[in-house]
Amino acid sequence: MRFTFFHLMPYRPLDMTERHKHRAGWVVLPNALYDPKNGADEYHSYIDQLAYAEQLGFDVIAVNEHHQTAYGLMPAPNLIASALIQRTSKAKLAIVGRALPLVNNPVNIAEEFAMLDNLSRGRIITGFVRGIGNEYHATGINPSFSHERFQEAHDLIVAAWTKPGPFPFEGEHYNLRYVNLWPRPYQQPHPPIWIPSMGSSETIKWAASPERKYTFLVTFSGRDLVARYLNLYRQQAQEFGYEASGDQLGWASPVYVADTDGRAKEEARAGMESLFNDFLAVPWEMLMPPGYTSLSSMKNTMRMRKSLGARKRHSLEELMESGTVVVGSPQTVRDELSRLRDATGANNLVTMLQFGVLDDVHTKRNMEMFAAEVMPHLRG
Amino acid sequence: MAPREHKHKVRDLTVRLWREGTGAPLVYLHGAAGVPPWVPFFTQLAGTHEVLVPEHPGFGMSDNPAWIRNVGDVAMYYLDVLDGLGADRVHLVGHSLGGWIAAELAVRNCARLASLTLIAPAGIRIKGVLSGDNFIWSPEELTRNLFHDQAFAEKMLAHTPSEEEADLALTNRFMAAKLGWEPRWFNPALERWLHRISVPTLVLWGADDKIMPSQYAELWGARVPRATVDVIPACGHLPFIEKGDATADKILRFVGGKS
Repeated sequence: MRFTFFHLMPYRPLDMTERHKHRAGWVVLPNALYDPKNGADEYHSYIDQLAYAEQLGFDVIAVNEHHQTAYGLMPAPNLIASALIQRTSKAKLAIVGRALPLVNNPVNIAEEFAMLDNLSRGRIITGFVRGIGNEYHATGINPSFSHERFQEAHDLIVAAWTKPGPFPFEGEHYNLRYVNLWPRPYQQPHPPIWIPSMGSSETIKWAASPERKYTFLVTFSGRDLVARYLNLYRQQAQEFGYEASGDQLGWASPVYVADTDGRAKEEARAGMESLFNDFLAVPWEMLMPPGYTSLSSMKNTMRMRKSLGARKRHSLEELMESGTVVVGSPQTVRDELSRLRDATGANNLVTMLQFGVLDDVHTKRNMEMFAAEVMPHLRG
Repeated sequence: MAPREHKHKVRDLTVRLWREGTGAPLVYLHGAAGVPPWVPFFTQLAGTHEVLVPEHPGFGMSDNPAWIRNVGDVAMYYLDVLDGLGADRVHLVGHSLGGWIAAELAVRNCARLASLTLIAPAGIRIKGVLSGDNFIWSPEELTRNLFHDQAFAEKMLAHTPSEEEADLALTNRFMAAKLGWEPRWFNPALERWLHRISVPTLVLWGADDKIMPSQYAELWGARVPRATVDVIPACGHLPFIEKGDATADKILRFVGGKS
């Protein structure tokens, strides 16, 4: 397996009592709750953790993009990637991803990734996402055109990387007379593209198509959904007439390892529960703005939601039960992860070993334990 | 008398259309929530007029062709509709999003209009006076913010929508977002063309409108050459429900029907 150490960079010093006076930890959470001195410390701790992951033998270190939220302090993840290039020498650096529909000129994204690829001499992995629903409230971009803009921005970026410039790009949302990238990407024909997704069938089909074969990552989902979506990708590949390789498949999960199951649960509880209940939880109206998904899938989601009843706090036990998080002794964690690997044939595991309010000491211990006691057993 | 529901086709696009009454035609363009229930307001108008209430493309059960991408497209579509109605001129009434559509139509071409009534229309912007964020509010917040008198909100909240009603509401919400999400509920170009509206215009507004603040009434009055502004006290965003009789009276007096 190939191991990624992924970071969200949450703002841990958040006053949770204040947080819950607002509808979410996103968009409307007053930024008076952000203290720059504390925030600067957070950035430094997190960059240290990402750099340390390389020393521990992780293959990839990864960051991503979110806006106007305590959930993740990386509205511009390429800035962090740039710092990490200077702190590392062999690990791949994944930016998974940039939210394409949110920008008005996707060439900027193509340019920045090309710069990072040159700066790192080809260590960059790029990721393309639409951003979660909240980002459409944060940026004002119309969610009705999210899918269109994603497709078009993708086409533009890949063309900018691969077609000799200058050339014109004529789209619905983006129109440019001159596309002519300086610098061109270091990797040829272009850096790898990963598609992290909650698993819409349209996205799976698109990512699996033979001219793309993009690595598809299921994010923050229970084990059943991870298996279902990864196998959907496999089937889709077969329908396209090829066999998907394990490298094309992966999933992302918060993980915590300690010497015993009991100790792992005890140490992980506050971090995991804060991730899902304090940082990530948002009202439906923010998470699912109209047009963000197709009308039919939104109708299905609404029915499902209605049958689930009122939202309540998730306990660590529930999160473990569904396999959304993996917590336990080295043996427990190995077993859980290898089961899902064997069920899906996925070769990419994206771990989140710092989550929610988990402090630096426990994060470091978790990283070391995972690298020493879990990684070698799953390398295969 | 109940309204009759029709399928109304213009070019390749079919919408639902409700009609009631006889007399000079009065076309009502609905707001972002879709065609409202047939409240007494409509029956009152239908006493002296042929009231026509189309369901906009993309709303409810009307067709949703991909080429309808913005309010300008909807306005052009309704110019086609008016040309095909067989009447020389109609009284056009638009509420909220429908008021915006009506204004976009009128700045393009007033030839088919006898008059224009705008009820709390969207479409223009005063910096510093934000419209309410209907897309971030919970269903309960939205319902409460529609009304001045919370008794109306309570009544609405007490009703649990059927699956079919919930689906229609979601369809309407999708189309409303497509048309109004960004820039939020306005077209930056519209204000500078409002002088093109050449027909008598009535601007009606609830004084306590939490969706489209009533400060906007004054700007509409200043920009539309033949406009009369009438702000209704103790009323929210839905005057045709909250002050139905008074709203119908004002419109009928304006368009020259008896109330």
